[in-house]
Amino acid sequence: MSDEPLLDVSDLTVSFDFRRRSLAAVSGVSFRLARGERLGIVGESGAGKSVTGFAILNLISKPGRITGGTISFEGRELTALRAEEMRQVRGNRISMIFQDPMMTLNPVLTVGTQMVETIRAHAGVSRRQAEERAVEALRKVYISSPERRLRQYPHEFSGGMRQRIVIAIALLTSPALIIADEPTTALDVTIQAEIMDLLLKLCESERMGLILITHDLAVVSQVTQRIAVMYAGRIVELGETARIVENPSHPYTRGLLAALPQSAARGRRLAQIPGSMPNLTTVPAGCPFSDRCERCESVCRERIPPLTAKDTGCLAACHLLD
Amino acid sequence: MNALKRFKDCYFLYSFLRDPLAVGSLAVLVVLTVAAFAAPLIAPHNPYDPATIDIFDASTPPAWTPEGSEKFLLGTDAQGRDILSTMLYGMRVSLIIGFGATILQAFIGIIVGLSAGYFGRRLDALLMRLADVQLSFSTYMVAIFLGAVFQTAFGMANYETFAVPFLILVLGLAEWPQFARTVRASVMAEKKKEYVEAARVIGLGSRRIMWRHILPNTLTPVMVISTVQVANCIMGEAALSFIGLGMPITRPSLGSLIKAGFEFFLSGQWWITFFPGALLVLLIVAINLFGDWLRDFLNPKLYKG
Amino acid sequence: MTTATPLLSIRNLVKHFDISGGLLDQLKWRDGRMTRRRTVVKAVNDVSFTVAPGETVSVVGESGCGKSTLARAVMGIYPPTSGEIWFGGERIDSLSPRRMLPYRTRMQMVFQDPYASLNPRMTVRATLEEPVFFHQPNLSRAEVKDRVAEVMRQVGVDPAWADRYPHEFSGGQRQRISIARALVVDPAFIVADEPIAALDVSIQAQILNLLMDAQEERGLTYLFISHDLSVVRHISNRVAVMYLGTLCELAPTEELFSSPRHPYTRALLSAIPRLGRQGFAHLRLSGEVPTPINLPPGCVFHGRCPYAFDPCTREVPRPIVLDNGVALACHGVADGRI
Repeated sequence: MSDEPLLDVSDLTVSFDFRRRSLAAVSGVSFRLARGERLGIVGESGAGKSVTGFAILNLISKPGRITGGTISFEGRELTALRAEEMRQVRGNRISMIFQDPMMTLNPVLTVGTQMVETIRAHAGVSRRQAEERAVEALRKVYISSPERRLRQYPHEFSGGMRQRIVIAIALLTSPALIIADEPTTALDVTIQAEIMDLLLKLCESERMGLILITHDLAVVSQVTQRIAVMYAGRIVELGETARIVENPSHPYTRGLLAALPQSAARGRRLAQIPGSMPNLTTVPAGCPFSDRCERCESVCRERIPPLTAKDTGCLAACHLLD
Repeated sequence: MNALKRFKDCYFLYSFLRDPLAVGSLAVLVVLTVAAFAAPLIAPHNPYDPATIDIFDASTPPAWTPEGSEKFLLGTDAQGRDILSTMLYGMRVSLIIGFGATILQAFIGIIVGLSAGYFGRRLDALLMRLADVQLSFSTYMVAIFLGAVFQTAFGMANYETFAVPFLILVLGLAEWPQFARTVRASVMAEKKKEYVEAARVIGLGSRRIMWRHILPNTLTPVMVISTVQVANCIMGEAALSFIGLGMPITRPSLGSLIKAGFEFFLSGQWWITFFPGALLVLLIVAINLFGDWLRDFLNPKLYKG
Repeated sequence: MTTATPLLSIRNLVKHFDISGGLLDQLKWRDGRMTRRRTVVKAVNDVSFTVAPGETVSVVGESGCGKSTLARAVMGIYPPTSGEIWFGGERIDSLSPRRMLPYRTRMQMVFQDPYASLNPRMTVRATLEEPVFFHQPNLSRAEVKDRVAEVMRQVGVDPAWADRYPHEFSGGQRQRISIARALVVDPAFIVADEPIAALDVSIQAQILNLLMDAQEERGLTYLFISHDLSVVRHISNRVAVMYLGTLCELAPTEELFSSPRHPYTRALLSAIPRLGRQGFAHLRLSGEVPTPINLPPGCVFHGRCPYAFDPCTREVPRPIVLDNGVALACHGVADGRI
């Protein structure tokens, strides 16, 4: 085993062309993921976390494009791949799970047909063998009587069941990495717990890497080993989950954690971050968080802080922590 | 000031200015409309005034042809009226009927669609079946029937004075279901939204919620159909005039001009039909192009081929 | 807490929706003859509880449990199928719109989706002035303007922005405006239907603080509808847990979170994501939530309940009240088996 990471994203920048201007939705994002490691990308809507996930799979569509940086996966440079080669990586080595299972499932085909097609597209097996594998895959995600279920259409399943089927499909090709974009946001808490538990156990047993993109700090803390906190297109803090949760460095991460109702005594006011996250056109110069930060100093308004190691053992992008 | 600045910054204007076809069609439309309504001021002759018409000028070809006269740029028709002036006056009639009929359609359609969509159930079923029945008769069938009845009842002499309101009425009654259906569909979508519930929680009455809260939010599709319907009504009026049930030749619209000239088309007097025809095509194309842009702009989800 | 006269009292509330469509859709050919079949969604079934003045009662449950329907029935948006709603000592569920008007200023509602709950064609000023003009037509323009400006300041929106349209505001600001619309008629009671569910994490805290501040300043009473249990725990005095249109358990917040009694409450609480805990330790429920069209007989939860036994499949459990203010409907607890 080498120390080579499974995924190495370096200085990734994704821009969107908008009215003759080019606005960066993701700028200078770098992180690594070891084999079998689970990373959470946390942020509010518009922070660039989903765009980052899409960029890894080269799924950015116009008017957006990757304008800088490299994405190296299992030693291959993904940004340099041709469309056909990328498709091979996409369905095979990296799978994606979306918030809406219907992004993956085709409503007019039975679940069985879709699964068998996926299996046969990637492995030269007979229909019978493919069906057996599909049954096995459904069993893995705890779907009862899978033989019967294979003959049903997506609309015959509940939301939670659909998301399990999507996970089963994602696992069919034994990928090395799963990117899950808000996989349980649309689901109820009891179902969320089951899906997340399932995903966690499967990642552990199959030694798959996971990038979990979510806004929910609690969920991410239960599933991942490391967290990247994004704000206005940049990673502002990156480090081990337990450390960040217990001792956050960056003022934004601190603010987020303090704003959770769990953090305050019952019935008391919650700590709140003033204002709201800037959109692409209104990001301030210097530190993107400067206009909401209570500790903001003049340097914060002038230079963008780099992501550097802090005494807390995490990487954080803040001038004031040095 | 503030409003003006905001308008300058808005996406509507930006997107409009980026589309040369939209700018061009609106420019043509504005020029034509202004020209039509300013006809009494800019037209070289008054075709409605029999005193200025000389039968000896009849069928003069356009000015640039050997037999043409400088007095009549685009020639004259069989009665000796200046084609250019008649066209301008005729376009005014066409536009009045087109807009008038569309306003009537929108008026009926909005009331019907709003009531059907908001109250639902029985009233909805009743009104929408009525709309289906109305749509199943073709516009021309309704117009021909009513036109024939009207002309016999009041006689041709009176018909002349009532022709414009009559045509507005006929075309307006024939195609209101277009509006009713669209409005109903958007009302049904809007009334599920929380701002309508909020209005009910305030205690506002149904009528106020319908007109003040829901209606303004259904006007986007109404604007889109309106442009299409103006073009349709102008064409409908032209078609009725062409078969002799529209505007009488004494107060011609573009359609009746085309019809009047059509008899002489084969005998070489092409200009009487050609110029009104070309103007009609220009007008319709401009309205439709502008309508297309409006539809694309207001409904970006619609795939632009 | 329950000794005071309740401000709101819901008694045996039932709300069913007929979704069978027109007459032609209802006719079905069955066993050789034509029958008329109606499809009825049983959204709320026999729910009773009270809310005391100044209290915050939260209703929690998963999607489709009827909590939003309950909120709308209380506000008179949906007329109840049966049952009674009493507000301040008067029965309000069957009042005519005219006789309901005085209650419209005393009870207000805040909605979930800040993008749908403000009329996009009305400026903030128009949105906020409308309820005042409507209920107090004798107020002068200046008085109304002052009142609106004051409420806007209270919710943290600069009154100078009053002439803007909703789309010019962020989600959090819109929700503030939506709260301002409820507050502007100076109500005593507010139903908040998932008021922070559509907002970002950092904004959720702002809105929760705003709601708590408003409660303190104006002595408001809240009926708070939510699926987010950590939020509910933070702001409520008492919590009602709903499942499939019925009330499972209603208890003081600390009591409910420290010792949940109903099997569904236990499962629900065990599934709350916990910050800083690795892995999951939730109670697994078997099966799926049944549809509210075909309610299971007996206890609606029996098909998924790990403790279900014979009576649960046949008899609807009657609510029992324990001495610490906990009310719950469960055969197992009533018989002392759980």
